Amino acid sequence: MALTAMDIYKNLPKTNCGDCGVPTCLAFAMKLAQKQASLDECPHITEEAKEALSGSSAPPMKIITIGTGEKALKIGGETVLFRHEETFHHPCGIAIQVNSNLPEDELRQQISTICETEFDRVGMTFRLDLVALVDNDGNLPAAAAVAQQVSSLPLILVSDDPQAVRAALEVCAEDRPLICAADADNFAEMTGLAQEFSCPLAIRGETLEQLYELSEKALEAGVADLILDSSACDSSSVLQDQTTIRRAAIKEKVKPLGFPTIGIAIGDDEIDKVTSGCELIAKYAGIVVTDLLTRDTLLPLITARLNIYTDPQKPIQVESGVYEVGEPDAKSPVLITTNFSLTYYTVEADVSAGHLDAWIVVVDTEGTSVLTAWAAEDFTPEIIAKTIKECGIEDKVDHRIGVLPGGVAVLSGDLEEASGWQIVVGPRESSGIPAFFKPEYTQRIG
Amino acid sequence: MPFTIPKERWTAQVQTTTIGAPEADGGTRTSTVTVGGEQTLPFLHFEGETPNPPVIAIEVLDEAPTGWPEPLLKHYQEVLGDPAAWAQKAVAEFGADMICLRLVSANPDGTNASADDCAETIQSVLKAVGVPLIIWGCGDDDKDNEIMPFCSQAAAGERCVLGSATQDNYKTICASALADGHLIVNESPLDINIQKQVNILVTDMGMDLNDIIMYQITGALGYGVEYAYSILERTRLAALGGDKMLQMPMLSIVGSEAWRVKEAWQSEEEAPEWGPLDKRGIMWEVATASLFLHAGTDILVMWHPEAVARLHDLIAELIASPQA
Ligand code: B12
Ligand code: SF4
Repeated sequence: MALTAMDIYKNLPKTNCGDCGVPTCLAFAMKLAQKQASLDECPHITEEAKEALSGSSAPPMKIITIGTGEKALKIGGETVLFRHEETFHHPCGIAIQVNSNLPEDELRQQISTICETEFDRVGMTFRLDLVALVDNDGNLPAAAAVAQQVSSLPLILVSDDPQAVRAALEVCAEDRPLICAADADNFAEMTGLAQEFSCPLAIRGETLEQLYELSEKALEAGVADLILDSSACDSSSVLQDQTTIRRAAIKEKVKPLGFPTIGIAIGDDEIDKVTSGCELIAKYAGIVVTDLLTRDTLLPLITARLNIYTDPQKPIQVESGVYEVGEPDAKSPVLITTNFSLTYYTVEADVSAGHLDAWIVVVDTEGTSVLTAWAAEDFTPEIIAKTIKECGIEDKVDHRIGVLPGGVAVLSGDLEEASGWQIVVGPRESSGIPAFFKPEYTQRIG
Repeated sequence: MPFTIPKERWTAQVQTTTIGAPEADGGTRTSTVTVGGEQTLPFLHFEGETPNPPVIAIEVLDEAPTGWPEPLLKHYQEVLGDPAAWAQKAVAEFGADMICLRLVSANPDGTNASADDCAETIQSVLKAVGVPLIIWGCGDDDKDNEIMPFCSQAAAGERCVLGSATQDNYKTICASALADGHLIVNESPLDINIQKQVNILVTDMGMDLNDIIMYQITGALGYGVEYAYSILERTRLAALGGDKMLQMPMLSIVGSEAWRVKEAWQSEEEAPEWGPLDKRGIMWEVATASLFLHAGTDILVMWHPEAVARLHDLIAELIASPQA
């Protein structure tokens, strides 16, 4: 039977220490009730409480933490098969493969590049999530030592060789790397290492059946933090295995498969790897490992992940109001747009790219794009006029000329009437803004 | 406890639809395309059949586009402005299963080509290639209602797909399709209820369920995939669950959406943070298309030959049984 947040709260320490990542025990209880958190995220919970709560509170797929503190990555904890039923909660980690037999300075260089890689999209910064050190002739421990110093991201130790993994763990176990992987041949040693060093462990099966059996054995042996690898290579097998594992976990509550998965973006070249990565992202992988390193190849993966893990019920929004781009003054142009993050930041980026100084008036359209908002009557002359009057732009500029997106040119007449402003119809696409302004606008205001 | 693969027991399947008429059926097509018939979510072979692999239509514009970025332009340079040659190249060199002919020249804000001009274009394309055609208007409702009857007539008996019928504008195109033995695309703005409504409206006019393709608007990667992916997925679930009015094959327009996106075309000087330009657009198109394939689409309308080749490979791999 599902427990309510109150039932759960009664069993928590009630100290509101915040170590679980939310500010209060009650907030944590609410997350548990919604199966968006796992009990062991509270380090202070008593054994009895754990006993009382664990059966009912555990999400069907366990949340696994790789790394510690600032570096930690949480994956898993998903509760549905289809994202329209409820959003997917923990975006899959993107892990970049690094060969551990690289010369030390190259290794350093590569790891720092991975850690520093950032992508700015819709007002947010996206990063890569893990560094996967791939053992090569027993070089793993040396590489782990370097990575431990250099990497700001959690590590995956990729090796079949328990010897090499042990030596690497002796260097970096306190950072809680993922051990990858235990298979049928090295099972006892690897599970032993996972226990000894308290690190999460990936389990690899040649087939789903074998994966299931190994996972069951690992659980019996007391290793609780697992990641599943079904060794699938071709797209068809990946799809089948990923779907099967997710279904078994969510719908049938099959415990040994109630863990996030790991998969490799495989392919003969970059484009094939991107395709394979997209499949893993869309079809339930918890970690996507890739050796792609260039920004043009990683950008589609980062974007696909953002799309798949965005809740379609809640568009990403910015607050309505007046925004500045560059250093606008009383004579600078005033651009009008909606508060859908994608829309606002697209416009903002285009204005910056054109080195313009401008004011942007952002109308609250409940986070919808210009045309969607127009079609839904959230971007009407009245609503826009109201924003113009109330947002304070009239105190910031001494002209009364606003620029409207070209896609909603039909609004301009009524908007002039409703606002008392002169309305100029801009280009359809904001990428046309720089060209549009250079000659025209200067003349208009000038 | 031994492990068994959990299977869904779907009660229904996607409709099977054939596009294009060969001589025996009163047309002139040398190949036809059959889509639909899936008994399961995309490519889950352990659970049900996927009798017909998804197909790729290459889009052909009836006049030269402006502003195409170099990585795309270079493959079509010599055929732009010549839709018949363009279509021929798309089939012979790039392996298109179908041609999606878009009559942009009819747009009243542009060239404003006449219905006769458009009909002539269609005949020249039909002559140039043997694959089935999707014929799409210019997007201006009034003008499309003016040209479509002529266009439909020009291809009478060929079992083309005419695009598109919307909630507010479906009568003319539907009547044309019925009169000349074509199929139609029903379009809706990422909304299952509207999609269903359009499907009902055209069947009320006498359209056979088997002669409908659904198009629910496509958004590119980063620009609408978050919605389009789930709309496709939800529609497919409804189909397998037995909703007769949502069981038609689905179409996604990928090429024009993907290449409109800044990440696909913006130069390295303008956007150094995105990396080199030469492959970005191709990857954007491939990534967008592959996501829609996984969400359940049956017909992909694409642009770049390299992206088309990649998707053909991916479809072949997905349609094959898993390699144990
Ligand atoms: C994703 C999407 C949705 C999502 C919502 C996304 C969101 N958060 O806004 C969902 C599924 C919810 C949706 C719903 C609807 N949608 Co919708 N949707 C789209 C889609 C696919 C992409 C929109 C998008 O994100 N564009 C990207 C952003 C960045 O574009 P943008 O805001 O317009 O900004 C650009 C320009 O306008 C310009 N610009 C912006 N600001 C400024 C400012 C200045 C000064 C200048 C110069 C330029 C400028 O530059 C930007 C970059 O180019 C489009 C079709 C398409 N492929 O474009 C349809 C579309 C916008 N939707 C449409 C419709 C009809 C609807 C619905 C009314 C359908 C319905 N009845 O259910 C609903 C309404 C929603 C509601 N009731 O709240 C129609 C609008 C028709 C029209 N031309 O009027 C479209 C065009 C689809 C179509 N062809 O039918 N939609
Ligand atoms: S970590 Fe535990 S004790 Fe601290 S606030 Fe969270 S639930 Fe309460």
